[in-house]
Amino acid sequence: MKNMKLKSLAMTATALVLTGTLAACGGSNSGSNSGTNTAEGGTGGNTEKKVTLSLLVDNTQDSVNLANAYVDAFQKKYPNITVEMETRPGGGEGDNIVKTRLATGDMTDVFFYNSGSLMQALSPEKNMLDLTNEAFQSNIVDSFKPTVSFDGKVYGVPTSSTIAGGWFYNKKIYSELGLKVPITWDELIANNEKIKASGISPVIGSYKDSWTSQLVVLADYYNVQAQVPSFADDFTAHKATFAGTPAALRSFEKLQELYDKGFMNKDMLATTYDAGLKMLADGKGAHYPMLSFASPSLVQNFPDEIENIGFFAQPGDDASKNGLSVWMPGAGYIYKETKNVEAAKQFLAFMASVEGTQVAATVSKPTGPYLIKDAKIPDDVPTLVKDMLPYFESGKTAPALEFVSPVKGPSLEQITVEVGAGIKKAPEGAAAYDKDVEKQAKQLGLAGW
Amino acid sequence: MNSIFKRTYSYWFLLPAAIIYFIIFILPTIMSFFFSMTRWTLSDWEFIGFENFITFFQEQSLSIGFKNTLIYAVVTCTLKVALGLLLGVLLTSKIRTKSYLRSVIFFPTLVSTIAVGIAFSMMMHPTQGVINTALAAIGIDGPDWLGDTRIALLSVAMVDVWKGLGFATVIYIAGILSIPAEYYEALQIDGGNSWHKFWNIIVPLSRPATNSVIILAFIGGLRSFDLVWAMTKGGPGFTTDLIASIIYKQYQGGFYGLATAGNVILFLVVTALAFPLYTYLNRKEVDL
Repeated sequence: MKNMKLKSLAMTATALVLTGTLAACGGSNSGSNSGTNTAEGGTGGNTEKKVTLSLLVDNTQDSVNLANAYVDAFQKKYPNITVEMETRPGGGEGDNIVKTRLATGDMTDVFFYNSGSLMQALSPEKNMLDLTNEAFQSNIVDSFKPTVSFDGKVYGVPTSSTIAGGWFYNKKIYSELGLKVPITWDELIANNEKIKASGISPVIGSYKDSWTSQLVVLADYYNVQAQVPSFADDFTAHKATFAGTPAALRSFEKLQELYDKGFMNKDMLATTYDAGLKMLADGKGAHYPMLSFASPSLVQNFPDEIENIGFFAQPGDDASKNGLSVWMPGAGYIYKETKNVEAAKQFLAFMASVEGTQVAATVSKPTGPYLIKDAKIPDDVPTLVKDMLPYFESGKTAPALEFVSPVKGPSLEQITVEVGAGIKKAPEGAAAYDKDVEKQAKQLGLAGW
Repeated sequence: MNSIFKRTYSYWFLLPAAIIYFIIFILPTIMSFFFSMTRWTLSDWEFIGFENFITFFQEQSLSIGFKNTLIYAVVTCTLKVALGLLLGVLLTSKIRTKSYLRSVIFFPTLVSTIAVGIAFSMMMHPTQGVINTALAAIGIDGPDWLGDTRIALLSVAMVDVWKGLGFATVIYIAGILSIPAEYYEALQIDGGNSWHKFWNIIVPLSRPATNSVIILAFIGGLRSFDLVWAMTKGGPGFTTDLIASIIYKQYQGGFYGLATAGNVILFLVVTALAFPLYTYLNRKEVDL
């Protein structure tokens, strides 16, 4: 009797599984069919047809959360469109995957990728859909557009808020030692001497994740362009180099000085980015040169300490020219060969709306002002983001070099580790970087190299 | 001509294998020789002659790889031969826990290289790692294994030896066990001691094993990549970059032509070093 029962149970289960499979097959068939139908139907606006849109994002927690939020809200608004998300690694490995998928014609309909120099390396005119004349362009702040443009055509829509590059600092340490936020490099050095005397590491280095070593050099760009306004253009045209421009060489010298004066934590070469954030929150290190995109992970991992963390721009040598280097967020692009043009455009239009920024803010607090007109920063952003706003309000910001010049050498992070860990001196490091840049510029086929 | 195709087993049977071999081996090899002389973005290419090769040899961040790779290959190969032979002798002698020890020695070979790399890079953390904590307990101030530019490459090489030693030992065990017992009997009659046994019988007669270990370890060292990537990603700076990790970084940077040129160079280097070594070692082999 018992056996019989088991048997019938098994039978039912099998039947269920079978129908499930069949249903799934049917579902995917009809999905792809209707997809092509819509494409053939063109702009007919037949919104009842089901469309499946594919989306590729990088696999950091913050990017995935953000993409999920966009997808959920978008699907609610457009019930006929289903968005299927795929993830890829970040960093150089991710660049490789994106380039390979574009070259082999296997790209998703919409993909998120960096703006600025990295985007320029993707051959936009061949791989991406021109969005210059879309209605949603009027929502986007003009300063963002050059970073996703190629030959005067705009290809992308910002995925999140602006990001600032500068120095995170522990406010508790500052108030205990009676320090003031520095506005010149000398003041910063003086602060560091006092912090060092108190037995705390003045500057956190997390060179095990070598990309973090670039920050001192990259965040110094506001100071470079304040002294040499034409640097970006001359650099792109191969008329100026880092080693040959004193203001630019100074960025490398600052990095070297931090090492020479013993301001870094001893285990900086074995410290990771996550460990660096923990040191800052725990007060084991006083400063951390970093991008403000670290703020969501600080909020998530150290909610009790978040209000003790502040932010200031990397100071230059002149107090009257103090300002902030700004990174542009990544962008959403449409693959040129996509069959779902209309749905993809609807998705990007959604991202480029105030409603889109509100959706984004629910999962990821902005790390600086949004690039969508009329989008407001919520009041509950952490202190360190509030510390950035005055720079934006007074117009003392400049985009980082990689957003105003297409050339960025891929080995910068190794070179800055060498300079920052005392393996190379600043002039050698700058010269090595100039060589690295030359390689990249030749690859891009720029004039003058 | 006809006879070739009208045998019991026609040569046509070779065709499927030959086609596969051509498509996935010969063709890419020829293509890579071509693309190494181009500036290549996967979709476009521009012929630039030997410029990629010149860049590879001139740029310090690229040429450091040759020195490092050679050091890495020689160090790992030497240690694997020396320690493998000693362990092989130990594990073929009459000790009690022989089979247990044999498995213990072999286990690291079975573990994923990436896992080994990540585990060791954590153990080698200068302040929180197990190794330096243990050293501190007995009053030694341990170095920064992977951060100190003078020893970082050697630290990685040591982990490679730890991981690859089991394989070398197994080859030696097989080599030593295949030495006929008559030689030992002759030694006993002549009244030789254990040193004579080791130096005059085991070392010369396990020569085939030594040759296999040298060739495998040396070529393995020359094209090593995964362990270095998992432990240091070539850092700090470029201090532990090997040819293979440099090639990988050029691919990441989108320099496909340059990276392919690196692969061609690696191919030539491995051939130029391994082939003469192989013929030299084989000539010296004696018959049992």
